[in-house]
Amino acid sequence: MEVLQLLISGTSQGCVYGLIALGFVLIYKATEMVNFAQGDMMMLGAFFAFTYVNILELNFYVAVLATIATMAMLGAVLERVVLRSMIGEPPFSVLMLTIGLGFIIRAVAGAVWGNQPRSLPTPYAGGVFKPGGLIIGYENIVIIIGTALLCLCLYLFFRFSRLGIAMQAASQNQLAAFYVGIPVKRIYGVVWALSATISAVAGILVAPVSLVDPQMGFIGIKAFAAAIVGGFGSLPGAIVGGLLIGIVEQFAGLYLPTGFSDVTAYVILLLMLLLRPEGIFATMQRKKV
Amino acid sequence: MTSLLEMTNVETYYGPIMAIRGISLQVARGDITVLLGANGAGKTTVLKTICGAMEPQKGRILFDGRQITGMDPDQVARLGIGHVPEGREVFPFLSVHENLLMGAFSRHDADISQDLDAVYDYFPGLQDKRGQQAGYLSGGQQQMLAIGRALMLRPRLLLLDEPSLGLSPRLVTEIAGIIRRLNDETDMTILLVEQNAKMALGLGDYGYVMELGRIVMEDPCDRLQQATDIQEFYLGMKDEGVRGRRRWKQRKTWR
Repeated sequence: MEVLQLLISGTSQGCVYGLIALGFVLIYKATEMVNFAQGDMMMLGAFFAFTYVNILELNFYVAVLATIATMAMLGAVLERVVLRSMIGEPPFSVLMLTIGLGFIIRAVAGAVWGNQPRSLPTPYAGGVFKPGGLIIGYENIVIIIGTALLCLCLYLFFRFSRLGIAMQAASQNQLAAFYVGIPVKRIYGVVWALSATISAVAGILVAPVSLVDPQMGFIGIKAFAAAIVGGFGSLPGAIVGGLLIGIVEQFAGLYLPTGFSDVTAYVILLLMLLLRPEGIFATMQRKKV
Repeated sequence: MTSLLEMTNVETYYGPIMAIRGISLQVARGDITVLLGANGAGKTTVLKTICGAMEPQKGRILFDGRQITGMDPDQVARLGIGHVPEGREVFPFLSVHENLLMGAFSRHDADISQDLDAVYDYFPGLQDKRGQQAGYLSGGQQQMLAIGRALMLRPRLLLLDEPSLGLSPRLVTEIAGIIRRLNDETDMTILLVEQNAKMALGLGDYGYVMELGRIVMEDPCDRLQQATDIQEFYLGMKDEGVRGRRRWKQRKTWR
């Protein structure tokens, strides 16, 4: 019973890692850039939701939609203004740029919303579901269901929509995508918007559990580990990697001495790099220059 | 003036290296124009410059009277220039069908499915593999897929970069036949870049010969076929080029 309980809370935590990892992988696959501000974009999403609910006093579900729209726009603008000029620059400069971007986002968020943790009131907060001895918070159920729904939407989008297939095409062979007339640069904008949207959803989902503060984006580093464990470049891998880290973390928290749970993500990462460096879902892709 | 594409004095660099050194050429409407040359002569660079993947430092490119110099490749494609790049470059993890659909990405008209049927008609081999991932096709099939994908754009000008590369003689004949058919049946203007001079001269109407980034010869193809230089150098009858020596021997030393 205890195992099942840990499994469920681990899954819900893992879903959040997975979603942020998904943001990393999406941007990396399409543009070959690693966006280290991914966690901070999640934090920003949570703060926007907080603003819409608490300050503008919108209905929660309206606020969710507004947050998603805001973040999508922000992602696209960020790509257009900051990152488009970085196309073709060495990966290291892009990496430094996104780390810097993360700092800026954290500082701005601290200045605007303050550094103390806020709580995001949700219609489902505090409720508890008790099936046969288990105790599951509604927040956790919402996280799991929300992630599953989002993944389903993404799957349908990439599998069946014209734009989704064009995004895959652009990531598989950029030059050929240009040659057939796919507006690759605009596609990059869409990818950033999508990635920002996913992190916004992650931020809203995790807010009732972990409170909203400018430092919450640091779980992005664990999510980065999750993305690598899943095989950087695989979307399902990102989710699986996130779940793995989330679940193991819960068990480590209970069975290992205090402090170990925070290290688990990195231990898993190191083990993975030692045993199967290409990650769980390796994409055997030879990148042509 | 009926030329669909016109390049004047175009110079393109790879970093500090000048890859094409003042190229002027014309592609006449409805013709198959051939660009010949040895390895490293700059043929592919010419195509990349036309389609916008590389930006020329100097010179001007007109497509149908419109300046296309410095445009992004996707914009150039939407103007109606289809490009079959060297080494096929299909989307390896998309199905054959999806690859072809992506070829029509910039189109929104109702004729797309009709054009799909036309492509499957040209390449019956693709029809059977339509659900398969393009990366698992054979080289010849990938080449056909790349051509079919470019056709889905309904191009007014088709750029073909070494379609015979790495294919068996039988497939080369098949591809040549398809290029012939395209030109005959749809009156499509084609710029064909080839190392296989025999195949190219047999197909083309007008030909240019490149050496080290310059055009050293141009003439209608039947006359090029007769020219002694071409016979010696490109049809493999003697070991010396237009300017005395085979260029690659020299190039090896300064590379």
